[in-house]
This record gives sequence, structure tokens and C-alpha cells, in this order.
Amino acid sequence: MPTTTTSPARTHPRRRRATGAPPFLVGWGAIAGLVALVPLVYLVVRSLDAGPGAFLEVLGRPRTGELILRSLALAGAVTAACMVIGFLGAWLVVRTDLPGRRAAGVLLALPLAVPSYVAGFTWISEAPGLAGFWGAFGVLVSVSFPYVFLPVVGALRATDTGLEEVARSLGHGPARVLLGVTLRQVWPAATAGGLLVALYILSDFGAVSLMRYDTFTLGIYTSYRGTFNRTPAAVLGCVLVVLAALITWGEARARGRAAQLVGRGVPRQAAATRLGRWRPAWAGFVGLVIAVSLGVPAYSLTHWMVVGSSLGVDLPDLGDAGLVTLQAAAAGAIVTTVLAIPVGVLAARYRGRATATLETATYVGHALPGITVGLALVFLGVRVLPGIYQELPLLVFGYAVLFLPLAVGAVRTAVVAAPPRLEEVSRSLGHSRFVTLARVTLPLAAPGVGAGAALVFLTIAKELPATLMLRPTGADTLAVRLWSYTGVGQYAAAAPYAVLLVLLAAIPTLVLNRAFREHDRALRAQEKEDR
Amino acid sequence: MTGTEAALRITGLTAGYPGTQVLHGVDLEVPTGALAAVLGGSGCGKTTLLRAIAGFHPVDGGSVHLAGRLVAGDGVDLPPERRRVGLVPQEGALFGHLNVARNVGFGLDRAGRRSGRVEEMLELVGLAGYGKRMPSELSGGQQQRVALARALAPAPALVLLDEPFTALDAGLRAEVREQVRAALRAAGATAVLVTHDQQEALGAADVVAVLRDGRVVQAGPPREVYSTPADVGVGEFVGEAVVLPATVSRGRATTVLGTLPVPGVADGVGQVLLRPEQLRLDGAGTSGVGATVVEVVFHGHDTTVLLDLDGRTVRCRTMDAGGLRVGQRTEVRVDGSARFFAS
Repeated sequence: MPTTTTSPARTHPRRRRATGAPPFLVGWGAIAGLVALVPLVYLVVRSLDAGPGAFLEVLGRPRTGELILRSLALAGAVTAACMVIGFLGAWLVVRTDLPGRRAAGVLLALPLAVPSYVAGFTWISEAPGLAGFWGAFGVLVSVSFPYVFLPVVGALRATDTGLEEVARSLGHGPARVLLGVTLRQVWPAATAGGLLVALYILSDFGAVSLMRYDTFTLGIYTSYRGTFNRTPAAVLGCVLVVLAALITWGEARARGRAAQLVGRGVPRQAAATRLGRWRPAWAGFVGLVIAVSLGVPAYSLTHWMVVGSSLGVDLPDLGDAGLVTLQAAAAGAIVTTVLAIPVGVLAARYRGRATATLETATYVGHALPGITVGLALVFLGVRVLPGIYQELPLLVFGYAVLFLPLAVGAVRTAVVAAPPRLEEVSRSLGHSRFVTLARVTLPLAAPGVGAGAALVFLTIAKELPATLMLRPTGADTLAVRLWSYTGVGQYAAAAPYAVLLVLLAAIPTLVLNRAFREHDRALRAQEKEDR
Repeated sequence: MTGTEAALRITGLTAGYPGTQVLHGVDLEVPTGALAAVLGGSGCGKTTLLRAIAGFHPVDGGSVHLAGRLVAGDGVDLPPERRRVGLVPQEGALFGHLNVARNVGFGLDRAGRRSGRVEEMLELVGLAGYGKRMPSELSGGQQQRVALARALAPAPALVLLDEPFTALDAGLRAEVREQVRAALRAAGATAVLVTHDQQEALGAADVVAVLRDGRVVQAGPPREVYSTPADVGVGEFVGEAVVLPATVSRGRATTVLGTLPVPGVADGVGQVLLRPEQLRLDGAGTSGVGATVVEVVFHGHDTTVLLDLDGRTVRCRTMDAGGLRVGQRTEVRVDGSARFFAS
């Protein structure tokens, strides 16, 4: 037991000043939390506007049940297909002697850069007969399977092959090892990826609307556009949020389990599995996936650009839409990042129940389909903030809700990487916490925060459903223009927008990736020099 | 206190985390201008102590006075920026986005930065003319010296050094330690060095405070702590020790090494602590005891010899072990007095 050099027990309460979160950060972060939660809360309030009876009535309509079934059927089918393609692709690229597996590894990740509505445009413009379930299914699988492929590649590279060799030596054939051992090892990574796919399919508006397959998102949009009574749209929005929230919850759990399974140290990689006489068949499979997911868009875009150039491209129109996109994305990225800074700093430096709650609140946007955020803010704009309804600020508000998770993650990672000792040195040298944040923490975190802002900018630039509902009158972004031209069958006019959007979407996958890698390399080189 | 107030006075300091107390009443006083070392193993609470002094860890009880001013305790809890404590962290110590001059001037106001204080400090740490360099262009030792210049620039009441040499190469460590010590002397600064390295503490500090389980178990000049440790644990921690069971009767302890003088000790049973360099193989000291050489390890400047005394292995350090072979019989004697600890 501690003996008595201690002076008599102090009666004053334990002071928390030195370690508690600074009030200015908490206040600033609370604004971000509020921004993130307002649409969700208002959507629920608005859906109960006409009383619980009306709510239940909409819920009980056969149309509602039908939409749920259609959405879930599409999400289930696409997720299953993505998991099969993603897993097989990853296994072929990482563990076998597939010809051209390096190139295949890059090409199978690239469809991530094709927005779903661009893929939708390329399919429907070439084969209008594909409209409906199978068309929507094909389009969404072709752009979504990398969400499974990439994490499974990561998991395969991180797991030791010892167990597989043991299974082989115990007399199990290659197929049995693949399904019994390999698949089991990467299952958490595959399910996390699969649930992410399910979430995106459930939230997708662009592809299903262009492929004319009626799902929840499209149902909400038509219900909102078609009638004066907007309560059904609000109720459907609530249901969609619940479905998305359930999937997000499952995804977070699966991701946690996947992270636990990744071992420490450098795993040993055994010699590649020889595909033998099945090699051409597997190569054909990978080639087909690449042809459908990249070849079709490439062919179709070239085709319609050629057709369009003979008709003449409306350059001023394209420039207008580009400018609107630029403005909206820049404003959205700045506001989102400014809101994300306090939350990211609090999450990185002051772990606690309050900051965890705040971080979770800003994370709501991850589970909110763009269409529901758009809908909620339309209601809010009409009823509460008529001054900014159909003005840029309301659109920016919507972007902030949707992309706060992205920005908060970037800020948090950047701040975690900046050594906290430096902040303490600054405090000891007589600077307050606010000055320390401005002069030490943020300058050190600036590259990471900047990269996050750039990512938000590019993601906003291709956002469709919320933009469609919230954009200022007459101000069309590239995505909105592409969607409306495609909707009325003007494929040649739509093509330049699609090309621009693919380029925009490819920037983060290519340039940012390289920038991060070079940054990493520079850091490592510097560390080596330091030694 | 008489005359001048101590630069740092800690009284009955308790601190910890919810559910675990780390500091159980620390008492420590560092006179103005002195370099004190807080020496302790991992988990002894030395980092918490340092953070409590600097104002980054809340104090539960007791008090901290800096230059006579109460900064923590008794309902007072000054924020770090108002304590005037300079901090030299372990590593990664410099602001990577600022050059050397701006790092050093970070704690100065505009007038201070223009007064030539920055150049003065750089000169003090032997880095005059390095102002325009970026931290990444400096070696590890140079970075630590810049960190020291930065801490000294606003003339703090106290400089805290948190294991500042651990991250350096062994060869560089002694050199940088000397430079830091010289700079602290030249600046007339009071400093507290936190370390787990005995040699560093004994070699650099004016005062060594041994921290164990959240308490200062002994504080004093390095020589005193080394030669008259407060207990066996401290003795073993601050240097190599030979600990033997002993019985004391009339001021003499009977051990396997013979009868050793332990002046002023009451009769009883316990242990004696000797330093390996007190065990002599060259004929000096008490009357000899027979022993067998078990192992001979040559270090260059001296040699460690392990001896077997009736089944008990003792360690002996000698300057000249020429001709000693494993298995050889020899005679070991004890030089100087032993420390006795009753059990």
C-alpha cells in the first residue's frame, strides 16, 4: 500500500484542464456533427409529418415492398457476382502463374475509376435492349467488383502460404485447397468488400435510372418528382437509410475482423500455383472481365466521340458545365475540409467517449445514400431555409454531409502522423493550444489534409443524385448533363461529358496514388539519410 | 529554504490514470543551475513525472514549485505555456516545416527573434551558421542540439530532457552528452534529465534521483548514490553489484569473502553489497579467500573475471588479469568497506 509521503488528501476536484479537449475545437467540431446529423433527423421528422398513420400506410403499400425486393435482389445478385469475380481475380493475380498477371492486377483495379452512370451510358447507348434487371446487374458488376478484388489481393499478400502447402502435402487437390483453405483465410476481407458493394448498389441512382430498373433510389426520385404529396418519398427515404445503416454496420464489423487477421511481419510467399491445362481458360476469364469492364466503356466512348465530332461538339455548353462543376466541387471541398479539421484533430489527439460520438456522427454520411441527403435537404430548404433553397449553399451543405467521412479520415490520418511531442514543445515554449494548432499541427498535417481535400473535390465533381436534387436552377454539372442527355437518348452529345468524368474519376486512382507513393519514397529516403 | 529558492521543488506529488496511480508521493528538489538526473527503469513513472512538471499531466496531490512559484497543486494548475519549462523530447524533436533559425526562435516574440538571441543560442550549442538549414539536413546529434537551443532560447526556469540521447548511435551519445552538458552550464540553466541509463545519469548529472514504483528512493550526488545506495535494489540498479548473504557481529560482517568491516552497523543477518572493482586479485585489501576462475571476459580497458566461491559465482573487475586462466585457483580480497542491509 502506498505509504505516507503523500500530503493529506486534497479536497479539490481533480483538474482535467491539461488533458481535456480545447473548447474551441469541441465547439467547431460540434458544428460539423450538427451539419452531419441535421438531414437525417429532418428526414425522419418530415416523414412523420402527416402522422404515424400516414407513415405506416406508405410502409404497407405493395409498391414499397416491391421496391425493397427489387433493390435487395439487385444488391444481392451484384454482390455475389462481385465476390466471385473479385476473389478469383485476386487469387489468379497473386497466387498463380496466370500469363500477364502484373498487368491484370492493374487493369482489374481500374474499373473503380468509371462512375456507374458513365458505365450505364456506355451500355445503354450501344445496346438499348439491355434495359432492365440484367442490364443494371451487368453495369454495376463491371464497376463494383474491384471493391472485393482489392481487399482480397491485400489479404492474400498478407497471409502466409504455409497452411496451403500443408493442405497440399496432406493430399488435398488444388481446388479443395482453394475453396477450403485460401478462401477461408481471405473471407473477412472478401465479406467486407462485398458489403461495401451492397451499400453502393443500394445507394446507386445513376446506373439504375439509366438502365431503367426501378429500385428504391429511383422510386424515391420518381415519387418526389411525380406528386405534390412528398410524404411517401420521405418515408421511402427513411427505409433506405435503415437498410443502408444495417449494411454499413455489417461492413464495419467485417472490416474489423479482416484487420485482425492480417499477421505481423513479412509473410512468406510460396511458388505460384501452376494452372496447367486450365491456364488458357483462366486467362480467357480474366480477359473477358477486363473486356467488359474497360473495353466496353472505351469502345463506346470512342464510338460516340467520333459520331459526335462529325456533328460538332457544343464547346461553350461543355465549358459552362465544367465551370459549374468546378465551382460546386471547390466550394464543397473547402467547406467539408474546414468542418472535418476539428473532428479529425479531436479524433487523433483526444480519444474519449465524446470525441468518438462526434466522429460517429460525422460518419453518418457514409451510410446515407446521396438521394436521401438530397431529399432531406430539399425538405429543409423548402420549409426551414427558403433563402438558400436551390442555391449553391444548400448544395454545398449536401456535399459536406456526404463527404465528411472522407475528409475526417484524411485529417485524422494526417494528424496522427504528426508527432504529438512537437505540440508539447510548442506549448512549453509559451504558445496556446490554438496557436499550436495553427503553427504546428496543421502545417505538419497540411500535405495529408490537402490530399484529402483533393479527393473530396474529385468525388464531388462526379456526384449525381444529390446534385440533381439540390443544384441551383439552370446550373448543370457534368454529371447532371451526362445523365439528362443519356436519359433522352442524345448519346453523341453525352459522350464528351462522359470522357471528362472518366478523366476526373481516374485522377485519384492514378495521380493521387502515385503522389502518395512518391511521398512515401521521399520519406523513406529521408529516414535513411537521417541514420 | 535558506537564501535562494530551489529552481524546482516537488513535494508529495501524486498522479496517475483512472484506476492506476503512477506517482505515489514524489519529493525532489533541484538547486538553481544544477543538472539533475531522474533515473528509473521502464514503468517507474519517470515519464509521468516529467509530463506533470511540464503541465501535460494532471496532478492529483502534492505540489510543484518552479523558481519559487507554485505551478501545480493546491488548486493551481498552470497551463504548459505559462510554466516557462523548456522541453527537449526523445526524438523527432524539431518542427520539420521550419528551418533551424525558426525552430530556435519559435518560443520568442518578434522582438526576441530580432535581438540576436537565435544566433546566440546556435553559437552556444556549436551550430553557428546553421540557421538556414532544414531539420532534415542535420544529423541526429545536431538535431538534438538545435532542440536544446530552442528550449533555452526563452530563458526558461527549467529545462526538461526526456531521454534525449537514446535515439543516437552509441558512439555519438557520449559526445552529444558532453556538448549538451557544456551548453547547459554556459547558459546557467537548471535542467532535469530523465533516463533509464545509469552511465548517463552518473556521468552527466550533479544530482541523481532514483525513481522506483513512483517514489524517489534515493537522491544525491552520483558518487554517493553509487557507493552508498539506499537499498540492495538501488545498488543493483545504478551499477554492477556483488550481493552476498552476511551475518554481522560487532561491526564485522561474515561472508563467503571472509570477514568484512561494516562500521556502525548493529548486529544481525542480511546482505552485503560490494562493487566488482572492490574485489581484488592483486593482493590488496583484506586477507584472501580461495576461489576458482570460471570465466575471463576482456573489455580492453579492464577485464571481468567470474569466480566460483564454494558454489557461489561472484563478479570481479580488474585492470590487470594477465595470466589468469579458466579453472585456475586464485585468492580474492576485498578493498574498502561493504554496505550492509539487514533483512
